[in-house]
Amino acid sequence: MGGIYGLIALGLSLIFGVMGVINFAHGQMMVMAMYVSYWIFVLLGIDPYLSLVIVAAVIFVLGYVVQSALVNRILDYPEAIQVLPLVSLGLVLENCALLFWGPDHRSPQTALSLKTFWIGSVMIDVSRLIAFVLAIIITILIFMFLKKSNIGKCIRAAADNRTGAILVGINVDRINNTSFALGAATTAAAGVLLLPLMPVSPHIGHDFTLTAFIVVIMGGMGNLMGALVGGLILGIAESTSTLFLPATLKQVVSFSILIIIMLFRPQGLFGGKK
Amino acid sequence: MTRFYLFLAIIFTALLLLPLFLDNYILGIFVMIFYWAYVGQTWNVLTGYTGHISLGHALYIGIGAYTTTYLALTFGLTPWIGMFFGGLIAAVIALFLGFLGFRFGLRGVYFVIMTIAFAEITRLIVSHIEALGSFTGIFLDFNPSFWNFQFRGNQPYYYISLGFMVASLIVVRLIETSKVGRFMVAIREDEEAAQALGVNTFKYNMIAIAISAFMTSLAGAFYANYIFYLHPNTLFGMSTSIDLILRPIVGGLGTLFGPVIGSFILTPLSEISRAYFAKGGLEGLHLILYGVLAILVVLFMPKGIIVYVKKLLSPILKSKIT
Amino acid sequence: MSILSADNLTKNFGGLMAVGNLSFDLEKGEILALIGPNGAGKTTVFNCLSGFLTPDEGDVIFEGKLLGGLQPFQICQLGMARTFQIVKPFPTISVLDNVMVGALSREKSTAEAKNKSLEIIDFTGLSRMAAIEAQGLPLPLRKRLELARALATQPKVLLLDEVMAGLNPTEVDELIALLKKINRQGISILLIEHVMRGVMALSQRVIVISYGVKIAEGTPEEVVENKEVIEAYLGKEFLSAQGQ
Repeated sequence: MGGIYGLIALGLSLIFGVMGVINFAHGQMMVMAMYVSYWIFVLLGIDPYLSLVIVAAVIFVLGYVVQSALVNRILDYPEAIQVLPLVSLGLVLENCALLFWGPDHRSPQTALSLKTFWIGSVMIDVSRLIAFVLAIIITILIFMFLKKSNIGKCIRAAADNRTGAILVGINVDRINNTSFALGAATTAAAGVLLLPLMPVSPHIGHDFTLTAFIVVIMGGMGNLMGALVGGLILGIAESTSTLFLPATLKQVVSFSILIIIMLFRPQGLFGGKK
Repeated sequence: MTRFYLFLAIIFTALLLLPLFLDNYILGIFVMIFYWAYVGQTWNVLTGYTGHISLGHALYIGIGAYTTTYLALTFGLTPWIGMFFGGLIAAVIALFLGFLGFRFGLRGVYFVIMTIAFAEITRLIVSHIEALGSFTGIFLDFNPSFWNFQFRGNQPYYYISLGFMVASLIVVRLIETSKVGRFMVAIREDEEAAQALGVNTFKYNMIAIAISAFMTSLAGAFYANYIFYLHPNTLFGMSTSIDLILRPIVGGLGTLFGPVIGSFILTPLSEISRAYFAKGGLEGLHLILYGVLAILVVLFMPKGIIVYVKKLLSPILKSKIT
Repeated sequence: MSILSADNLTKNFGGLMAVGNLSFDLEKGEILALIGPNGAGKTTVFNCLSGFLTPDEGDVIFEGKLLGGLQPFQICQLGMARTFQIVKPFPTISVLDNVMVGALSREKSTAEAKNKSLEIIDFTGLSRMAAIEAQGLPLPLRKRLELARALATQPKVLLLDEVMAGLNPTEVDELIALLKKINRQGISILLIEHVMRGVMALSQRVIVISYGVKIAEGTPEEVVENKEVIEAYLGKEFLSAQGQ
C-alpha cells in the first residue's frame, strides 16, 4: 500500500510543486481512473495491469482539460478561494460516478485476484506485490522523465521559479497543463494498481485525497522523492497500527502523524528550505 | 444609511409574517436557509474576517450536537442550557487547535489540513464510542416540549432558526465595528504588518477561533433537535464542512450579508434539487449541480454575489451601502 | 540621552554573518541614518531592533530597558514603530481603516481612534484618499500610508526602511518636509536610506555598515568623504583610480 500511497502523493506533489495549487479533487480523479479501468476490464476483458497505460492516458487528458479550463484561472487567487473550485470538482466527479455507476462496490475478478504466496511464514498477496513493484517502476520512470526529457526539465524549471521560467521563454501555461495532467495520470496509475486490492465505489476518493496530503506533507511539499518515501512510511505505519488498533481507526494514526509533523517539521522529512 | 435599515426592517417583518402563508414543507426549507446562513456566518468569523481557512468546521457542529444530546439523554438537561456547555467544549477544542496552529506558525494550506485532521480524528473516535452511538448513530426520541427543544411542525423551528440567523448578524456586526473585529481583519490582510502596528496577533487569532467555534456549536444543538438523528459521518464529516463554506464563499467571503445571500440562493437549490432528483432516481445529480454552480461562481464572481446585489440595490436605496 | 541603543548586535544566518558586533546609539530627538551598500545587513538590523528577529548575540536597549525576546507587537506598544522596505498596506480596506488599526493600539475606543486617525491622515496629506481602498493607491501614497499607520501608534522612535525608494525628486522633497515635521514633534527617527538627498537633508548623524559591520560614523559630510565608505560603495579600483 505504501507504494500506492507514494504514487498518489507523487502526483499531488507534482501539481503543488509546479503551480502551488492543492488539488483537492485528487482522490476523486483516482477513483475515476479506477472506474475506467474497471469498465475496460468488464467490457473489453483487458486486465487492469495491462490497461494501465490507457487509463493513465485517459486521465491525463481529463487532467489537462481540468487544468486549462479551471485551475489556470484560479492560480492567482487567494488560497481560500482556490480551495473551493477543486473541492467542488471533487464533489462533481464523485457524484458523477454515483450517478452513472451507482453506489455499489465493484471489484474486477482478475486472474491474479486472490493468488498469494509464502515467504517464510509471511503471506504475501500477489496483487500487492505487483502493485508495489509497479509503483516503484512508475515512480522511477517519472523521475527519469523529469530529469532527462525536455518537458521534464521545463516542468522542474517552472516549479523552481515561475517568473524565471517565463522569462526564459517557457510556455508556462502549457507546462502547467502538462504538469497537472501528469499529476493526474500518476494518481490514475495508482488507482489502477489499487483496483485489484480494493473495490471501487464513488465515495472512497475523499479518503485518498487526505492520505495523499498526509504523505506529501510528510515528505515535504513539492519534494517528489519525499512523496514516495513518505508513502512507504505511511503505508507501513498504517499496517503496523492495525496490530493494536481496530482497522477503522488507522486513519487516526495517520492524522496524528500528520499533525505532529506539521508542528515540528513542517518542511517534511526531506524538505529543504523553501 | 437609515434607508438601508428600513429596508432590512421590511425584510425582517416579511420573514416574521411568512409562516402564516406557507405550508410546512416550505417552512422547512426556510429553516434550513436560516440554519446554513447562521453556520456560514460563524465560519465567516474565522475565515472571512480573520483569514484562516477552516475546512473542518463541522467539528464544532458535531461537538454541539453530541454534547447537548448526551447531556439531555443522560441528565435530562435541556438543550437550551446544554448548548452552552457544547459551546464551551467547542471553544476549548478550538483553542487547542488554535494554539497548535498559531503558536507553531501554521498558515495557509497547513492550517487548512490541520482543521481537516482534527475533524476527521474526532469523527473516527466518536464512531467508536458506544455511549455516543458508535457506527449506527443516535436516534432521538420525539418528545415535543420547549424544555426538550423539540417542537411539532416547522413553525417554531422557523422562528428559532430565524432568531439564530439574526443574532449572528448582530453579533458579527458588533464584532466588525469593534477593535477586535478590526484587528481580525488586519490579521487577514497582513499578519506581519499587524504585528508591527502593535496587534497581539496570537491573542486575536485565538479569540477569533474560539468565538467561531462557540457560535458554530450552537447550531449543532439546533440540528440535533431538528433532525433527530446523529451520526458522526454527517456531523463531523467533510461533506458537511464543505457544504457550510459554500454559502459564505458564494455569497461573499468576509462580508456581513454574504452568508445570508449565499444561503438564500444555494439552500433552496439544494433542498429542491435533492427532493426532485432523488425521486427520479437520479441521486447525486443535485450535488453535481451544486458543485458546478460553486465552480462557476468562484471563476466568474470571486468576490461573491454580494457585489452584484449591492450594485442592484444601490439605486433602490439611493445611497451607497458600505 | 540615548533613546535606543544597539549593543554588540550579531546575527548569523546559517554560516553567514549578516550583522556583526554592531553598536550604535540613537539620541532622543535625533534623526540618524543607517546607510550601506545593498546586502549590508541594514534590514536585518531593523528586524532585530523591532523584534522580528532575535539577535544571536548582543542587546537592544530602548529607553534604558533591555528588549530581549519581546515580540514585535510588544515593542510597538512600548513606543518603537517600524515601516517595511516593501510596503505592506492592508490592501482591501480603506486608508482610514488602515490607519485605525495603528491607532487602536493606543486608543481605547473606536471613536477616539477614528478621530486620531483622521488627524494623522490630515497631517500626512492623505485626506483626500481616506475612503479609498489601500490597494488602489500608487506607490508614493502607499509609503505615506505606511508612515501614517506607524505614526498612529504614537511612537517615540520611528524605524523607516527605505521609505524614499521609488519616489521621484518632488516626492522625495515632500517626504523630507514631512519627516522634518514629524521630528519636530519630538519623534526620534532611525532611517535606512539609499536616496542620498534624503540622507543629507535629514540626518544629523550617519552610520555606515558594510557586510554587517560598522565602518564609519559621523555627520553626513564627514561620512561622505570617508575613504572606507567610498571603497565599500564603489570598490578599491575606484579609489586607486582616484589616486588614493
